[in-house]
Amino acid sequence: MNPQRTAWLFLTPALLVLGVFFLLPVIAALALSLTDYDLYALASIHNLRFVALQNYWALLQRPLFWSALGHTVYFVAVGVPLSMGTSLGAALLLNSPLARCKPFFRTALFAPVVTTVVAVAVIWRYLFNTKYGMANFVLGHFGIHSIDWLGDPHWAMPTIILFAVWKNFGYNMIIFLAGLQAIPADLYEAARIDGASAWRQFRHITLPMLGPTMLMVSILTVSGYFQLFAEPYVMTEGGPLQSTTSVLYLMYDEGFKWWNLGSASAVAFLLFLIMFAVTAVMLKLARRGSEA
Amino acid sequence: MKHGGWLRRSLDLCSMRRGPWLARIVLCVALVSSCGRAPGTSHELTFWTIGREGEAVVKLLPDFERAHPDIHVNVQQLPMSAAHQKLLTAFAGGSTPDMAQVGNTWLPEMVALDAMEPLQARVDRSAMIKPSDYFASIWATNVVDGTLYGVPWYVDTRLLFYRKDLLKAAGFDAPPRDWAQWRRMLAALSDPQRHTYGVLLPTNEYEQLMSLAVQEPDPLLRDGNRYGNFESAGFRRALAFYVDTFRQHQAPAITNVEAGNPWSEFGRGVYAFYLSGPWNIGEFRKRLPADQQDDWSTAPLPGPNDAGIGAAGGSSLVIFRTSQHKDAAWQLIEFLSQPQVQQRFYDLLGDMPPRRSSWEGGALHDDPKALAFRDQLERARPTPAVPEWERIANEMQLIAAQAVAGELTIDQAVAEMNRRTDRILEKRRWMLDHAHPDAGASR
Amino acid sequence: MNQSWAKSLINGLLIGGAVVALFPLLWMLSVSFMQPGEASALPPPLLPVHATLSNYRELFVHAGMGRYLINSLAVSSVITALSLAFNLMAGYAFAKLRFAGRERLFQALIGALVIPAQVAMLPLFLLLKYIGLVNSYAGVIVPAMASVFGIFLVRQYARGIPDELIEAARIDGAGEWRIFGQIVLPLLKPIMVTLAIFSFLAAWNDFMWPLIVLTGQEHYTLPIGLASLAREHAQDSELMMAGSVITVLPVLLLFLAMQRYYLEGLLLGSVKG
Repeated sequence: MNPQRTAWLFLTPALLVLGVFFLLPVIAALALSLTDYDLYALASIHNLRFVALQNYWALLQRPLFWSALGHTVYFVAVGVPLSMGTSLGAALLLNSPLARCKPFFRTALFAPVVTTVVAVAVIWRYLFNTKYGMANFVLGHFGIHSIDWLGDPHWAMPTIILFAVWKNFGYNMIIFLAGLQAIPADLYEAARIDGASAWRQFRHITLPMLGPTMLMVSILTVSGYFQLFAEPYVMTEGGPLQSTTSVLYLMYDEGFKWWNLGSASAVAFLLFLIMFAVTAVMLKLARRGSEA
Repeated sequence: MKHGGWLRRSLDLCSMRRGPWLARIVLCVALVSSCGRAPGTSHELTFWTIGREGEAVVKLLPDFERAHPDIHVNVQQLPMSAAHQKLLTAFAGGSTPDMAQVGNTWLPEMVALDAMEPLQARVDRSAMIKPSDYFASIWATNVVDGTLYGVPWYVDTRLLFYRKDLLKAAGFDAPPRDWAQWRRMLAALSDPQRHTYGVLLPTNEYEQLMSLAVQEPDPLLRDGNRYGNFESAGFRRALAFYVDTFRQHQAPAITNVEAGNPWSEFGRGVYAFYLSGPWNIGEFRKRLPADQQDDWSTAPLPGPNDAGIGAAGGSSLVIFRTSQHKDAAWQLIEFLSQPQVQQRFYDLLGDMPPRRSSWEGGALHDDPKALAFRDQLERARPTPAVPEWERIANEMQLIAAQAVAGELTIDQAVAEMNRRTDRILEKRRWMLDHAHPDAGASR
Repeated sequence: MNQSWAKSLINGLLIGGAVVALFPLLWMLSVSFMQPGEASALPPPLLPVHATLSNYRELFVHAGMGRYLINSLAVSSVITALSLAFNLMAGYAFAKLRFAGRERLFQALIGALVIPAQVAMLPLFLLLKYIGLVNSYAGVIVPAMASVFGIFLVRQYARGIPDELIEAARIDGAGEWRIFGQIVLPLLKPIMVTLAIFSFLAAWNDFMWPLIVLTGQEHYTLPIGLASLAREHAQDSELMMAGSVITVLPVLLLFLAMQRYYLEGLLLGSVKG
């Protein structure tokens, strides 16, 4: 059999699926975002109008888009460092020769990652209930007045960030752990002989050696965190006062609640452009950093 | 039926597609295996309900199915907060049920989509359903552009639940008649220090503000429902009254998610007034202890100057145009419209019947707590019948919540409401100006 | 620093971390056995006074949880089987078969990873509407039948297969499908297991797309059913916890049983391509 033909036979099913159910819709989304496809258009295609960039223009003038973007950026800017810091801390602990029962701790710390977001978000909603929640009860023991975690517009997003860190840190922890284990032991040996403190070892050996891993992990985490949706959907329904409405939540509401598919597609594309720009800038900065 | 067509389509897809045999087989397996259910019996009636009505209606159905052994009713419950969206998604995805319970403010939307079956001819032939027996304003919400699309199932007008004992202790012998009286009572009954408030108005529900807004003579939309009319003097007064209630700490600025269990808090006296709908009669009877049952009652809403008007809400029963079982669906609608069935429905759930004869017997007839509803229903007023209304009402409430939080003044809020409403109605204006003969929404 | 002091600090922190990570899950399990209303008390109870299964009974008898569970199992299994087949074939082709434009095509696929899946969701919904797949299991399954990540994972692993092995089989006159089935697949077994777990977990936990495409509750998967229940029964914490247990337990058990493969795959997938 012709080797070219064989290869394509092997590729066709997957490429067909990806082409028809991903690539084609992405291109269609771009087209859709230039129309005012809505309920009326759904009823009859005659009610569809080409509006060029009007959807984008209208979005840029909508306070809700900017506040949704603000909430998403808040979630990313606070959530990603916090999440990665926790991952790195946990990985360092697990990597320490002094730690015991490593397999157990590794499994325990990783367990939240495999759980279903919806289910654990439901748990958190009760743990962070203002009246009967465990969180306020524990804080009460330290004399801290009870906090309206999910009901106060200032606290709702921090609570969701906390939740996301709890849910996700195990994933990067495993990657960091592998990275740490790949650092040659003699580097530390040499540093110890030179009398370097634990902090200096961390600063001058561990961090630089983990550099490439950190970059990759941070890019993946940033793009994951930009896609915030299920957490506010279950925990706050985007509220209170829309303080947890993320860009994707806006897209979902706009598209599947109000059926303004045109304007929702514009939201999706703007999100894509923003994510693309942010990760590109991160890569560029990292490259410049490593050249310097 | 639906599933039969499905299977055929999947098989067509399998035989048509040219491609690697493995892919073809796998695709076919995937498609065919997804047709889980075999084609149903001839009268498998799918009936979508919203929230708790679904739980109650299944208790009424055995009688219906006994009388109509050839019809099997498959009831599905949509969660309250997702129902509107689910109905639209079902339409968009071409998977509407045979019949459904639809909020009567949503009807224009479903009609614009051409999803509803007109019902006038069936009503004319019906011996059971007599339009003149129904509360006029409620019946009117089911008529869109002169065509009838739904039969009212239960009515919902928001009014005041109040604590008689607390009012009496504060020196008020009767519930308020107008806003000025109400304000005085709210002031007397609120004590933020002790966490007691005059009234609970969840900031994420638009019904309360809407109930105040329909009291005013100014319509909420103007020019044939082409533009928002929120800057009218009347709406300003209603919004100002609403916002002042929070500013003066007579209502807590919380959502219904945080309000948790409002019934027990009403019982504990956290709120003296509770602006809500008829189903709460049942909830309060169930949830408050027996010795407290005489302490609460209901009263029509106070109006700006005199006894108020309510928003004509509630749900209607509708048949979808695509249904294959329209006659069976109509039989169920007739069954659910019988006065004695509506009385049982009231007993089960506290949902109030839309026809006067249903009020004449059973527990409703001499229920003092239902009287205020009966009274207000004669004076209810429908909200604007445009497909965009649900969204406009949502936006209105989002802005009102910002005004409550102090982020916007009344002037800024009403201007913003008009701005957003005008933008939402832009497509409607275009549709009205370019009425296309083929368009589903020809209005 | 004192060695034993450091030792207790590190292990203490690990214990603290494990408690924080596991407490919500254990609490969920405990509350799911409580009587209705029992958890809404101060101080918040840790263990049920009289353990009861009534929440589970309520969920299965009245709330249709059994149906959701079966849906989830069926949908996730079918996605796993199909995507495994498609991704293995494509990943193997990218790693071992020669064809014009191989590297460019692969780069393009990897490049597509930067596009968030949600961009495609709106037109995908319309597409499925016209094919008639909205509100069907196929609506969830079909778009998940292949994934760039899966192809990438297989390719990374399959590159380790020695070319001589395949060449030798070709010289012996074996057909390409036989080579794939009898030589390559056995060698890919570890990555198959890994990929299967990944696909199953991802399908099980998926939320946004099933939420959009499944409109009737007879097709709901567990997360959608649970989210819908959570909006209706917000006050019934015990019931909701039982629902969470049913949703989380299967994947948690799967992970515990197959941990090694899962973590290996996670590392393989994160190595720069």
